[in-house]
Amino acid sequence: MTDATQSLLPEPGLLARSLHVLSGNRTGVIGFVLVALIVGSAIFAPWIVPYDPTAIMTGPRMAPPSAEHWLGTDNIGRDIFSRVIAGGRIAMLVAAASLTAALSAGLLLGLISGLGPRWLDNLLLLIFDALRSFPTIVFGLAVVTIIGPSLFTVMLVVAITSVPIYARIVRTQTLALKNAEFILAERAMGVGLPRLLFVHMLPNVLGPLLILASMDVPLVIATEAGLSFLGMGVRPPTPSWGVILNDGYNFIRNSPWPVIGGSIPIILITLGFTFMGEALRDIFDPKLRKAG
Amino acid sequence: MIFYATQRLVLSVVIVMVAVSMLTLMLHVVPGDPAVMILGPRATPELIEQTRVAMGLDQPLLLQIVTFFGNILRGDLGQDVFTGRAVSQIVFEQLPYTLILITVSILWAAVLGIALGCYSALRRNTWLDTLTGVISVGTISIPAFVMALYSVLVFAVWLRWLPAIGAGEGFWDGVTHLILPSFAIGVSWVGYVARVVRASMLEVMGQPHVRMARAYGLPDAWITRSHILKIAVQPAVTLIGTGVAHLFSAAVFVEVIFARPGIGALIVQAVNERNYPIVLGAVLVTTGIIVLATLISDLVIAWLDPRQREEL
Amino acid sequence: MAPSTATHQAGETPANACPLVSIEELSVDFDTPRGTIHALRNISLEVPKGKVLGLVGESGCGKSTLAYSMIGLLAENAKVTGGSIRMGGHDLAHFKPKAWRKLRGTRISMIFQDPMTSLNPVTTIGKQMIDIQYREPVRRAEKRSRAIEFLEQVQLPDAAAKLDVYPHQLSGGMRQRVCIAMALLTRPDLLIADEPTTALDATLEMQIVILLRELQEKFGCSVLFVSHHLGTVSELCDEVAVMYAGEVVERGAVREVFHAPRHPYTQALFDCDPARIRQATRQLPTIPGTLPDLRRPPEGCAFRARCTKAFSRCNAEHPPLYAAEQGQVARCHLNDPAENAA
Repeated sequence: MTDATQSLLPEPGLLARSLHVLSGNRTGVIGFVLVALIVGSAIFAPWIVPYDPTAIMTGPRMAPPSAEHWLGTDNIGRDIFSRVIAGGRIAMLVAAASLTAALSAGLLLGLISGLGPRWLDNLLLLIFDALRSFPTIVFGLAVVTIIGPSLFTVMLVVAITSVPIYARIVRTQTLALKNAEFILAERAMGVGLPRLLFVHMLPNVLGPLLILASMDVPLVIATEAGLSFLGMGVRPPTPSWGVILNDGYNFIRNSPWPVIGGSIPIILITLGFTFMGEALRDIFDPKLRKAG
Repeated sequence: MIFYATQRLVLSVVIVMVAVSMLTLMLHVVPGDPAVMILGPRATPELIEQTRVAMGLDQPLLLQIVTFFGNILRGDLGQDVFTGRAVSQIVFEQLPYTLILITVSILWAAVLGIALGCYSALRRNTWLDTLTGVISVGTISIPAFVMALYSVLVFAVWLRWLPAIGAGEGFWDGVTHLILPSFAIGVSWVGYVARVVRASMLEVMGQPHVRMARAYGLPDAWITRSHILKIAVQPAVTLIGTGVAHLFSAAVFVEVIFARPGIGALIVQAVNERNYPIVLGAVLVTTGIIVLATLISDLVIAWLDPRQREEL
Repeated sequence: MAPSTATHQAGETPANACPLVSIEELSVDFDTPRGTIHALRNISLEVPKGKVLGLVGESGCGKSTLAYSMIGLLAENAKVTGGSIRMGGHDLAHFKPKAWRKLRGTRISMIFQDPMTSLNPVTTIGKQMIDIQYREPVRRAEKRSRAIEFLEQVQLPDAAAKLDVYPHQLSGGMRQRVCIAMALLTRPDLLIADEPTTALDATLEMQIVILLRELQEKFGCSVLFVSHHLGTVSELCDEVAVMYAGEVVERGAVREVFHAPRHPYTQALFDCDPARIRQATRQLPTIPGTLPDLRRPPEGCAFRARCTKAFSRCNAEHPPLYAAEQGQVARCHLNDPAENAA
């Protein structure tokens, strides 16, 4: 009955809806602000950091936060704040590179899967399922055994494990569009299918994919930090958040500050991208939840 | 039903085989001799040759994969490069520790999460609903290894309430050693499960058949149990079933941070030693368990919901 | 079953002398983010004992809201702001949840609009039919045989086998028969049917209506039949109330109202009924205009903006229910004896 009475009132438009979503849920605004702050600090890291992030003995060892060292210092006297900001640069680099690679590969494989012959579709689906049955970290460790630990390994692992999600969405969209009436009509007039898909599908599928990708950023960052924490990703002394946490963990009984300092950005960035992704989804595509 | 289960089981086996083949293939696609990688650059040519033969690396690639799967069928996962012990023995020694850890973690998290989700849906906008929402968002955004670090910091270093190193000896010691690790893994699942259950409860509560049950004056608790929860719990079952992979990932960190034995710690150590057969064996077993868990969750849903049985 | 049917009929007094339910000045509001909607305003209505009362009107006129308020299943944001619903010495309008639960599935039961979603999808038909008898102090086997008996009453073939079937394995028509069987199984005094045939196709619709009529006569319960289909109402109902914009605008015996509608809105409904149009046309007629905004119900007659016969008085003065012959009443100034005299 509520639905019936509600439908008697006019529906708001897209702009009104985005304003409503953003004004109604304060978390969306917080999300955008956090993301802007962290991405900004990553881009401008070299100009923000008060100390060289790898310079040792910039102050006393394992010092608590102070005016000189905002997040304290670690076991060899490096400034944690500088290292955290520089670590953000690594995290953003990994996220941007691997998600771009995963999106492109997902788009391509999804199209192939949707348009190609049945056996190829089935084979790709099987490979997607196989990839998804690996735990990300365990798969990452296996890859590290094969090609050794490095920043590139981390990006590769993240890209490979993310591809199936995107590819499946593109495949579903492709299949739906392949048999849509307006596509059949245009094909009857002699327009090629690849061209049609490029015109009709790309704009449709790109939005949802980007929103999903932005919600995946925290996962990517946790994977990078996690592998680096285990010493299987970014190698010391490069200041990745995982490396900072590992240094902190080794001296956790002496000083909590490296662990606290190294974990704050991970928590903030996860909150930021999750809130932002949810707000974007509410604005652009309420149905997206089902697509995943 | 049985046909469906068999079909799914076969598909699962295929998925595991494909997954492991991909890893094996990767090993060979990458430039460089795996034997050299394992033994390091300073190994003598004789030792390298010996290892190659021992690992079957001198055989053609396809034959290697066939032999590998043939051996798996006989329960043979290969040998430890250094000690020569059977990989299957090493893996199955460590597996129980990990299985207990993730089972305990997900059990307490699922029970609490479903209870909180139900309560939140039935008593919307109460303080506990709001608190659950805030805690859900807060805990979901903390990766398991960060949660593990904070558990150590707060409960073991500052408060000194609980042990943080090893798996303990004997039952009660084992239990106390399990509290912090399972807390670290489970806590974000409480939030996930509560959110999913709350959302699906609200959806089901609005469905006409619930209104119909109320129109017959059935008691509220009865309606909640057999008309709402039986349907609303399904997304949570799927979430947990497909989440077993994440549980294993989390277990890797937790086992390293709490210095516990287990399959995660085994893999990390093997990676450090480049003990490739152990890594491959452990990945195979892990993947098998994950695929099995997904299968079980599908079967649980088919058991809960007759509509799903027919769709399959 | 025969004895209890007899007691029903024995207790029956001449129609209208003692109505089963009498609603007086009932008002219901909905609180929405965009304002308070006054969905029902001063509804007065009687459900006669052992008869069928039809409730007709366009979508959004409040007929379903009225039906739900009579079984206490209004949405959470709805509130009864005035009036009463009297039934057997109780005022249902001020019932607490516990009191409602005692009444539902004993004295009142309901059939819903969409049989596809009204049954619990994860429970067998049999268990659902046994569950609703939870108050009966009899053995399970007996509840089961009662369930079979009522499935036979609604002419479901192979009734016993249907108990072990899940709802999705039945067709829409069969599911609605199951819903009717469940509603009658509890032996209610009042059966509310909220557009029970809207989701079904035309041939099934008539079958279900005829079935309802037969069973109502057999069990002697009162039925509130909500519909926007005039044909089914004339087939099934003894009395009819026409609703517009949250008000009853006309009511009376079906024969009288259908033969000589006293309200221009009722007349307009008949003019738009495809079944009553004699001449072939290319376009189906509709009533021009839309329902008024019920956040601010109009001062005068609610229908005047769409009424072809509106005159100055309709703007200023809210028409009361004027009595016509044979107990028929209509909320239109044209029925004011003073107006006719002038």
